[in-house]
Amino acid sequence: MTPPFGMPLELFTIFLALALLAGFVGLNGLVLVYLERKVAGHIQRRPGPFEVGPHGLLQPLADALKLVGKQLITPRGADKWLFWTAPIISFAPVFVLFLPIPFGPILTAMELDLGLLLILAFAGINVLALCLAGWSSENKWSLLGAARAVAQSVAYEIPLLLAVLAIAFQYGSLNLSTIVSGQGAWPWQWNIMVQPVAFFIYFVCALAETNRAPFDLPEAESELTAGFHTEYSGMGFGIFFLAEYANMIVVCAVATALFLGGWNGPAAPGVWWFLAKVYLLLLVMMWFRWTYPRVRFDQLLNLSWKWLLPLALINLVVTLVLVKL
Amino acid sequence: MTMIREFGKALQGLWSLAIGLGVTFRAFVRPQVTVHYPRATVDDANLRTYHGHVELTGKDDAPEIPKCISCGMCAMNCPSACLTVVKQKAPKPTPEQKKAMEEAEARGEKVKKPSAPKNPASFTYDFSLCSLCGTCVESCPADSLRFSNEIYQAGFDRKDFQFDLLARLRGQAEGLSGASPKPVPKTDDDPDNRPDHKTDSKTDPKTEKVEK
Repeated sequence: MTPPFGMPLELFTIFLALALLAGFVGLNGLVLVYLERKVAGHIQRRPGPFEVGPHGLLQPLADALKLVGKQLITPRGADKWLFWTAPIISFAPVFVLFLPIPFGPILTAMELDLGLLLILAFAGINVLALCLAGWSSENKWSLLGAARAVAQSVAYEIPLLLAVLAIAFQYGSLNLSTIVSGQGAWPWQWNIMVQPVAFFIYFVCALAETNRAPFDLPEAESELTAGFHTEYSGMGFGIFFLAEYANMIVVCAVATALFLGGWNGPAAPGVWWFLAKVYLLLLVMMWFRWTYPRVRFDQLLNLSWKWLLPLALINLVVTLVLVKL
Repeated sequence: MTMIREFGKALQGLWSLAIGLGVTFRAFVRPQVTVHYPRATVDDANLRTYHGHVELTGKDDAPEIPKCISCGMCAMNCPSACLTVVKQKAPKPTPEQKKAMEEAEARGEKVKKPSAPKNPASFTYDFSLCSLCGTCVESCPADSLRFSNEIYQAGFDRKDFQFDLLARLRGQAEGLSGASPKPVPKTDDDPDNRPDHKTDSKTDPKTEKVEK
């Protein structure tokens, strides 16, 4: 095959993959914004957006247009460089996060033996971005929001890692494709039946890691003066927002690969099963958001340190004993 | 023991979370009840439960005449002073009648003076002040007030919400035979007809005002 535009083939595939990923993330952002509003509307017995386009389908596009059109303001006294790198740092790792995710038997951007580790490591960068955003905004509310974000992220990272570790021990691998192929086609052959506690811990921690309700204390825009993104206008805020939705997809995709059998399905295994499961989990996340009230911050930390961490440790030890037997 | 109790509490809490999810899921799958207003409107059966502004009810045999007896209980009890009831005065006797009455009085007979009709001369209602508490409806001894089902109320001026309820009732009575029963917004600037609670000191020579 002749390399197009005179560039090496590998470089070309990387560019193509990046462009596809950017499209996927952007499109998902639009779809999720729309879904979120509709789910919220139906749960609260109101129809949701209905005016822009058929059934309000063009509403997310209108929102995006509005966000892009807004003026970008840097607050006086803010650290200009840190202030504007923060959203970029928040969004950039998203591309890495998608690399090892096995969407289908052959639809994996990068077969990595350390895939799981890569995702967990790069997912941690997001909290650095939130911390920088809050710090550089020169605003007490932003700083407090960033402090909450860091405390929450540190607290929930540990039980999440321990829950994932149990699965990794069970398969002796950090390669997501290996873990997916180890699970059968039918729901009772999935890891969620073997490791229900790990799935529970993982899902709760994933909600907290992506700052979703009921753990959305870092960015409660109406009650706690927004938090770390108080000072961001237009696309500065928009990129944080997009990164949050991209992170939601990543955690749901990892949950699908680890616990729900990935691309395996009762009939015709393939990428559609994977996407269906991911979207099911996303819907559950939205369902949680519009059901549960926000927790208090001490409740949030207590839940992690006093309940999820010991539970994850016990789960891990039991798994180890069973694997060794 | 405390540990077991703590675990029990945690399990109970988890169960309550599941119940909450059930509530919202049922709401999620239930059919939509809201209406996309300008394109669709609420049907009359559902509107019947709507408590809009107050209006007069007509007599069973004469729907254009209110059951109102001008007692002023509604205006008296209204906490926001939005009702103004004006009683009718007794008709003035003609000179012949007056003469006859004077003669009868001179003879020492008991004279029966002509009594005022019970219907109000005017019944005005300022919806811009009303808090829809319904005290007027409750306190009316003649059952002459009720809530209307009028939901589509809009205007450019608060004067648009000063209703002449008698005119509205007449319009409704005519509406029974065809015309649409619309609220009658007061548009004329006749100071005698407009209930103005702060500056109205003028009293109509023909009528007597009952106002809180």
